[in-house]
Amino acid sequence: MQTPSELKYAPTHEWLSGDGTVGISDFAQDQLGDVVYVELPEVGREVKAGETLAVVESVKTASDIYAPASGTITAVNDALSGTPELVNSSPYGEGWLFKLDVGEASGELMDAAAYGAANN
Amino acid sequence: MAQSDTNTQQLKRTPLHAAHLRSGARMVEFGGWEMPVSYTGVMAEHQAVRQQAGMFDVSHMGEFRVTGTGALDFLQSVTTNDVSRLKAGRAHYNWLPGESGGLIDDIYVYRVAEHDYLLVVNAANIGKDWAHLKRHLNDHDAQLSDESGQWGLIAVQGPQTGALLQPHCDTNLGQTKKNDFFAAHLFGVPVWLARTGYTGEDGFEVFVPAAQAEAIWDALLGAGLTPAGLGARDTLRLEAGFPLFGHEFSAEIHPLSSGYSWVVKDKAHLGRHHIRVEPEHRLIGLATDKVPLREGYPVFQGGVQVGVVTSGTVSPTLGHPIAMALVDRQAAEQGAFEVEVRGKRVAARVLELPFYRR
Repeated sequence: MQTPSELKYAPTHEWLSGDGTVGISDFAQDQLGDVVYVELPEVGREVKAGETLAVVESVKTASDIYAPASGTITAVNDALSGTPELVNSSPYGEGWLFKLDVGEASGELMDAAAYGAANN
Repeated sequence: MAQSDTNTQQLKRTPLHAAHLRSGARMVEFGGWEMPVSYTGVMAEHQAVRQQAGMFDVSHMGEFRVTGTGALDFLQSVTTNDVSRLKAGRAHYNWLPGESGGLIDDIYVYRVAEHDYLLVVNAANIGKDWAHLKRHLNDHDAQLSDESGQWGLIAVQGPQTGALLQPHCDTNLGQTKKNDFFAAHLFGVPVWLARTGYTGEDGFEVFVPAAQAEAIWDALLGAGLTPAGLGARDTLRLEAGFPLFGHEFSAEIHPLSSGYSWVVKDKAHLGRHHIRVEPEHRLIGLATDKVPLREGYPVFQGGVQVGVVTSGTVSPTLGHPIAMALVDRQAAEQGAFEVEVRGKRVAARVLELPFYRR
């Protein structure tokens, strides 16, 4: 299971990069199984850390995605509407979900080592 | 997504538990059992069953044996289908009706010999079914025994099943018919085979003594069958339009909502008077272009709620979401529906059940 060290992780399995990009972890996509549908927030929406703002659905189930930090949505990954399976094949790359202009207070996030230890 | 829940300590395990872990299965809780939900992925396992052959551990299901000269009369009194029509070596689908209009369970009945029947019941219902049957055994000259712990049960399903099993089986499988039930040797192990299943494909269910279940499973793996989990079992049965107890059937749902009127024959049985009432709801098939429909989503017609989704997934075969829903009888005849998904109404079109037929 990959857990890139340059990212921060939420206990609910979202990752956040230094430039505000958000996705779900390799562990999360593996737990979900084949992703078949992704519902993303509108650009411009302001969110608070911990708020539900997207949904990733596998064959089996729908999973809420929580904002890992407070901020404003600046972009969403439109490619996921036609190819949601990118979340499985490239959870830290082409399968990103949305970008966030992160405000001052971010949620309580873990570094890669802590996240990895919590989910092995 | 939700934080992980790894609390599986209290769950029951089938004789194939170790084999699943060896195959890298993801294990989940299902009806009090720790079961494989998938091995490599639901999609791949689903396609393996539709295109070649897959195998499922269904050892969690319950097996009851009913024997004695009164066995037939007893079974006739507690089921809706006509057990007297079953010859030895044949099996059929049947219902255990309750006393208030719904079902205790939906089951399969296998006639082993003249006064010897095997019932296969849903895993989550074993205790309830047992208590119900015991209570109604009354003065029938029949014995009821719970053999659930003695059997491993492996469902081998898909168009290549017969070809893959035949070299290892001493019965000419090509000469058997759907719902045949017979003793055979598979990989040299004495088993019972039934030409039955829950996937919409041809296939067999293998009843093997629990102690030999793992050896048979490993031999089937070696013969080229793809292990498939509960995830694929659910997408396969949904495409095939098969109701699942706890979703399309329950103690409250009128079983004839399903349209399976052939399961109710003209005979005296428990709950007969409730089941002969016309159902107020109808089970229908729905589809959307993109948005998956899930169990519990409310179904609307003309702004009024007329029903609820009972099961939903994205169909690997059709490539779009499919669902079954219980809706008011009048609404079922109208056609256009909307389903509420996370507070928004999404248009859903009606598709005739089953969604898939080989």
